[in-house]
Amino acid sequence: MSAVIGQRLPKLDAPDKATGRAVYGHDVRLPGMLHGRILYSQHPRARVVGVDASRAAKLAGVKAIVTAADNPATKFGYGKDNTPLKGDLVRSLRDEVAAVAAVDADIAEEALELIHVEYEPLEAVLDAEAALKADAPLVHPERGTNLFTQYDYSHGDPAKTGEAGSQVIVEDDFELPYVAHAAMETSVVVASFDHRGHLTLYSTTQIPFLLQRDLAEALGLDGSDIRIIQTAIGGAFGRGLDIYPFEPIAALLARKSGKPVRVSFSRYEEFLAAPVRQPAKVRIRAGAKRDGTLTFRDVYALLDIGAYVSWGSVTPLVMMETTASLYRVPRVRFRADCVYTNNPITGAVRGYGNPQSTFFVETAMDRLAEALGLDPIEFRVRNANRPNEDTPQGLKITSCGLKECLEAVAARADKGTEGTQGTEGTRDYGSFRQFPQVPLFPKKRGIGFASTLNVGGGARIYRSDGCGATVKVDDFGHVSLITGSTEIGQGSETVLAQIVAEVLGVKIEDVTVLNSDTDVKPWDVGVHASRTTFIAGNAAHLAAMDARRQIFETASELLKAPPEKLVAGDGRIFVRADGNQQSATPRGRFAVSNHHSVDLAKVARARHFREGGKVIIGEGWYDPPTSLVDKETYKGNISATYGFGAQMAEVEVDTETGKVRVLRLVCANDVGRAINPMAVEGQIEGGVQMGLGYALTEELIVKDGRVLNPDFLDYRLFTAADMPEIETIIVETDDPQGPFGAKGVGEMGGTPTAAAIANAIYDAVGVRLTTVPMTPERVLKGLMELKETKEMAA
Amino acid sequence: MPKFHLTLTVNGEPRELLIDPRRTLLDVLRNNLDLRGAHRGCDSGDCGACTVLLDGLPVTSCLLLAADCDGMDVLTVEGVLPSPPARGVGGEGELHPVQRALVEKGGIQCGFCTPGVVMAAIALLNDNPRPTEEEVRLGLAGNLCRCTGYKKIVEAVMSAAEA
Repeated sequence: MSAVIGQRLPKLDAPDKATGRAVYGHDVRLPGMLHGRILYSQHPRARVVGVDASRAAKLAGVKAIVTAADNPATKFGYGKDNTPLKGDLVRSLRDEVAAVAAVDADIAEEALELIHVEYEPLEAVLDAEAALKADAPLVHPERGTNLFTQYDYSHGDPAKTGEAGSQVIVEDDFELPYVAHAAMETSVVVASFDHRGHLTLYSTTQIPFLLQRDLAEALGLDGSDIRIIQTAIGGAFGRGLDIYPFEPIAALLARKSGKPVRVSFSRYEEFLAAPVRQPAKVRIRAGAKRDGTLTFRDVYALLDIGAYVSWGSVTPLVMMETTASLYRVPRVRFRADCVYTNNPITGAVRGYGNPQSTFFVETAMDRLAEALGLDPIEFRVRNANRPNEDTPQGLKITSCGLKECLEAVAARADKGTEGTQGTEGTRDYGSFRQFPQVPLFPKKRGIGFASTLNVGGGARIYRSDGCGATVKVDDFGHVSLITGSTEIGQGSETVLAQIVAEVLGVKIEDVTVLNSDTDVKPWDVGVHASRTTFIAGNAAHLAAMDARRQIFETASELLKAPPEKLVAGDGRIFVRADGNQQSATPRGRFAVSNHHSVDLAKVARARHFREGGKVIIGEGWYDPPTSLVDKETYKGNISATYGFGAQMAEVEVDTETGKVRVLRLVCANDVGRAINPMAVEGQIEGGVQMGLGYALTEELIVKDGRVLNPDFLDYRLFTAADMPEIETIIVETDDPQGPFGAKGVGEMGGTPTAAAIANAIYDAVGVRLTTVPMTPERVLKGLMELKETKEMAA
Repeated sequence: MPKFHLTLTVNGEPRELLIDPRRTLLDVLRNNLDLRGAHRGCDSGDCGACTVLLDGLPVTSCLLLAADCDGMDVLTVEGVLPSPPARGVGGEGELHPVQRALVEKGGIQCGFCTPGVVMAAIALLNDNPRPTEEEVRLGLAGNLCRCTGYKKIVEAVMSAAEA
């Protein structure tokens, strides 16, 4: 067994975080730094008649004010529809109208109050369906329509042969809410120009190299004039996957004032102005044959992407993948419309369309199983994806442990034992009731299942899905990994160090990871799509192998043995005994003697302390063998491998209050190979916390374009006291292309949770909910409707 | 605005400073005293990232006016650690048992909530050295974490209690 791979090693950055030493964006203080604040629109849609900042400009301590007049000529963002500040027209309540930089935050805040903006309110479009009507006001009039983009995917013929060949067909309508990332650290950026006019941005972005380009565009600068330094990042979850106006605004303020400027959001502002998960209305029809074989799926989704386009408009690609390729479905159609409204801007949130689509697909799966009278696990296993089988969508599935995951959670379901399948709990109603042993409103228990399919080997959303890495060995045998990838708390730094330590035969403490400066690190597309372990891991592996080749070249001279006979371990290079071809850690397996080994540090020194010497620098670039989806058909193999998982939820529903308590969640995930099982569990357990919130408590309530619950008192996250028991089962399938067999796991934890809980609620009380969060009110309403239906039938 | 003359004992050291009377304890720690371990997550007492101990009791420092803490004893996450850790992971004996357990059990991901969790856990264990899991969960219910799902945080605090 390896000393590094597969070990539960603590995160390298954890001690600094435990002691308050880590420097987050909010902790950055540069000499002369000013505080920037942003003035937002007062109306979801209005003409801006005028902005008068003259009084604010006279306030002592105000150093710069910017308005739309300071915007560069170009537009930015995924849809090229955004500007740092808004001029003639505001399109949402989070539209930035002006911004101030002042010597302290109080003065900046006071200055905002002194800016007078005159608006002429206009009729707003606040609903996706209304936005598609012929006479709807246009969010971006120059586009001529509120429809931003449409997706239409199909394989087979669901409408004709699919429906005709089905013995059972189910149909449901879903309504899915706004959800916030709710990262513990709010959005923050510090912008600073040097004497050459070059911009340094201290940022919590997930896409440092793309942000360089996007900012260049937004500011009219050259990308090479922008350096991005990533601070410790206090949670991201997709929030940092695009450029948002506060970033160019900070730069505009810094340029105008000639001082570094920090823009940091309050929590209220974070709920108001950070991107959110897009709400959607979805209809799904699905069918199966009597024998339990799936026949078709047909989905239509209408997404409200808000006033500007960000990644919210691309989530249908992931919804499409789940619809078309989770389980073996011979006929699928998936259509989606992404529509502009005057509502909040929507972006990428962990899972990226998958929690939503897994909710509707797995609800349909449960209904089909019930209609067929089949066990929900048996039905799912029968239709499960299989290893080394392409899906009709073109996904090349290699390693696949879906069946194993389903069986693992089923084995923990304890079906038929106390407390499941609608068993009535006990409740003491006091002695005044005639029959206290038969409670009027019992608590009922149920169990539910759901699976998930996720990209696990990158996701080619851009033309490149690559990552670069460099491995350097210093004179003391210490190893530096310089990687393009980004640590956002998920533990990539540690996992990548484990990969390098394994290849070079050193301890993980001997590896330092540098990953936070675009002037230092090689290119990477960004930290998204659960791609870092697989893509950056493969890049680090290649760089470490290159470094090892150089080490062996010099060690070969020192040890007077051919390089192919050398092996690295314990910080030394050993000569392998004849006949033994194993390459694992040498201790105990080879005759270890200083005559037959040399210290890594000595090799490093020997390589360059000589005429014509060289330093050990290994290079790696990994771009997976995948393709962009076809623009017409949306088919193609977007990821080099796919991750699978299944969850079992056990719930207790209080039929008096409608409150759902999750008692237990069992999660099984095919992660290829767990390079660090503790980190894998952490990803799944953390994903579950988000999945539970999606299922039961989290909804950003938006009315008339305004967020009504912009704080943690009203936007409810699960706390330590609310969490159910979580059991994590790691299924290893040893992916042929993954670094040491690993594939991505970052987003899978929360993806099937809402579906598993919804199915468990149905199992407990017979209420089928197609809206999240499944609040007590909604459950109670379902119980009442059920009662009415039963009474009518009686 | 007239300044307020504030006297505090912070991490064992007496501190005297003139502050704007509108400042919260969190403002003073982060901006006047350069102690940025307590984090500002919400400014409304909901998230717990700014938790410090005031005369030994856990408080959300974003909700307290600094002036109201005059003459009191403040312990922040910086004061929990007696000496800097060695290079690498968790130098022996240099972390508080709660910090070490959080590091070793995987209770830290992005780490933004961690200083608050450390302080809340220390207060909990001072008050109740052998808590049940339920008591730990309730004791940490005021500390939001978006990364870990709390399981490893709870395990860490339980193991620190046993240590």
